[in-house]
Amino acid sequence: MKHLAYAAAGLALAAFATDAHARDQIRIVGSSTVFPFSTAVAETFGGKSGMPVPVVESTGTGGGMKLFCSGVGESTPDITNASRRIKESELEACAKAGIDAVTEVQIGFDGIVLASDKSAPDVSLTIPQIFLALAKEVPVDGKLVPNPYGKWSEIDPSLPDVKIEVLGPPPTSGTRDAFVELVMDHGCSTFPEIEALEKDAKTAACQTIREDGGYVEAGENDNLIVQKLQANPNAVGIFGYSFLDQNMDSLNGHPIDGNEPTFENIASGAYPVSRSIYFYVKNAHVGVVPGIKEFIEEFTSEAAFGEEGYLTDKGLIPMPEAEREAMRNSALALTPVNLGS
Amino acid sequence: MTDLVSNGGRFAAITQRPPRPEAVVAAHTRRRYVRERRFKLIGMSAVIVAISLLAILLATVLSNGAGAFRQSYAVLDVRLDPAQIDPSGNRDPEVLADADYQAVLNDALVAAFPDMDDRQGRRALRAMLSNSSALQLRQMVLDDPALIGSTVPVRFLLDDERDQYLKGEVDPSIPEANRRLKDRDIALVDRLAEQGRIETGFNWTLFTNADSREPEQAGLRAALVGSFWMMLICFFLSVPVGVAAAVYLEEFAPKNRWIDLIEVNVNNLAAVPSIVFGLLGLAIFLNLFGVPRSASLAGGLTLALMTLPVIIVVTRAALRSIPPSIRAAALGIGASPLQVVFHHVLPLALPGILTGTIIGMARALGETAPLLMIGMVAFIANVPSGPLDPATALPVQVFLWSDSPERAFTERMAAAIIVLLGFLIAMNVIAVLLRKKFERTW
Repeated sequence: MKHLAYAAAGLALAAFATDAHARDQIRIVGSSTVFPFSTAVAETFGGKSGMPVPVVESTGTGGGMKLFCSGVGESTPDITNASRRIKESELEACAKAGIDAVTEVQIGFDGIVLASDKSAPDVSLTIPQIFLALAKEVPVDGKLVPNPYGKWSEIDPSLPDVKIEVLGPPPTSGTRDAFVELVMDHGCSTFPEIEALEKDAKTAACQTIREDGGYVEAGENDNLIVQKLQANPNAVGIFGYSFLDQNMDSLNGHPIDGNEPTFENIASGAYPVSRSIYFYVKNAHVGVVPGIKEFIEEFTSEAAFGEEGYLTDKGLIPMPEAEREAMRNSALALTPVNLGS
Repeated sequence: MTDLVSNGGRFAAITQRPPRPEAVVAAHTRRRYVRERRFKLIGMSAVIVAISLLAILLATVLSNGAGAFRQSYAVLDVRLDPAQIDPSGNRDPEVLADADYQAVLNDALVAAFPDMDDRQGRRALRAMLSNSSALQLRQMVLDDPALIGSTVPVRFLLDDERDQYLKGEVDPSIPEANRRLKDRDIALVDRLAEQGRIETGFNWTLFTNADSREPEQAGLRAALVGSFWMMLICFFLSVPVGVAAAVYLEEFAPKNRWIDLIEVNVNNLAAVPSIVFGLLGLAIFLNLFGVPRSASLAGGLTLALMTLPVIIVVTRAALRSIPPSIRAAALGIGASPLQVVFHHVLPLALPGILTGTIIGMARALGETAPLLMIGMVAFIANVPSGPLDPATALPVQVFLWSDSPERAFTERMAAAIIVLLGFLIAMNVIAVLLRKKFERTW
């Protein structure tokens, strides 16, 4: 028993002594969407440079920003990944904590796809149709009523005569935020009844998703949605392009506004539901924690985020060449982000 | 019990009235037997349901995960050309480290497939092997520079999608457009197999490597080491503190309202959701004491917080089960209260304490929620060398792999579950053995 007590005391002491030793490993937090790309670069960076592989945590975009903006110093992360652009309020929080310069690096695009099992019929959807299928309240005869549509064919006779059953991410997910912004917001703006509403009421009408069983929150795990689609050919799933890419033998992506969710269509911008993904670097940490600059260099190299780079194997949709070039230069120059510009 | 009580009146009646006909008694007896049989049947079916659910779980995990323990390798004859690796010939380690091993590897691939010597072909050849192959060659040369100049057969990890194909997970009959692995890639793997260059072996990588984004290079090492440190720290912290607290509360503490309050709170704590302990760990260990984020130390301390109330509760139960006669006898022959506890009560309660402790530890081993808050749900590609290095845990690795898009991670996830289950079963077996060894009846 005595030995145990000593060991415990020793551990407690060790806990106090740890603050003294300097960090030589990059720490990254943030979006789970960017996680596969960030980790792939981290690993290559470690292999090439011989430095320790950065620790990448998957905290979600919002959680990552919170940690990132908690201050400058060893106990705070150096980089945060984001599946959307940093917000003005987050930059302010950063500035308040003494972080006055943050470098923004856009790494490419991520498509959000609506897909079904291969055995389901091929259906081309439009954004207003998706809005009508998923919104909580829809305009009927000039009035907003609780969503009356139970089957796709009730929205448009050309759509199949099956129950509306969409499996998608829960509200905590960045994919859900992007889906609401890119599909629901756009979809609702095509209806004059909603456009005529007050600002708050309009936002609510546009962004509230039905809760009567037509939309099923299937959890953060996209693999789970894929499995459920295979079990139920009538269901439609919403998830990131990389999961469609990995499962193209069993899943079929639905064209939106006539554009198939393919690599080429997302890269060219023809497929309408895609978003930019980013990472943000704390400038004050560059040069203090070794390797940050080299990490940015690796991430923005043609071998990584270029047309043929290894990140495209992981499902990243690259930016056009000129934009990549510009992004590389501004990233390596550590140009602080300015949302006003 | 209830039967006897409810029949009490009837028995009383029997003594007063003339004896009932035998048939009535027999019918009553029969009904009681039927009731007993029915209860046995219900109990048995409950057990069967539980066992079959467990069997389904194990069967799915085993059938999904078995494949991950095998890995395909490509064996290539690599000519370590001195002109390419070490032109000056003085075996300077820096020159050796900087040489272009990808070129050496490309030459070896083209030598095996001479007809593929164009840009497209070379790309297809390169994609066949895991992307760590050049680094593997480099390490081999650095370890043994004497190999330079010779041609050696080297075993390279096959890329995960080709490995999946060889395991029968890719169906070549579906249209090419619907497959990630194209016809040309499949043809190449088939040719490699025809040449006898494919070897299948035990997937040691799963145990020697830390996590990786490439499924064929991904392993459990960082999670195993992390879990080991966490269990060690958790054990050495929660057991002494927990047992001491329980002994005090049970044997020495005065019986008053304060102690009652503490008891209620400890019992409550044992049932608190584990994520709450994660928040506590974040606030105390990380923010107040400055323990490094993601370190096994932080995880171990947090899990110790979580296990502590469980250990206090089971230890108290174990102490309470020791008959008071033991204490009275020890006191009677002149032992001090402290001697009574340490010489008599505690050794007798040991089997119960150990069982409870091991079950508490097993719960801690399978916990991910509290680790989320302290940054251990992370991609860790370096094997941690001590409790202060960033690490992860076995269940966290399962969680991370389950969320990865690559197909090959599915079987690796199941393999990680098998390893985790193996540890849990081992811990429970130890609990049973220890109880058998120390158990004493009186």
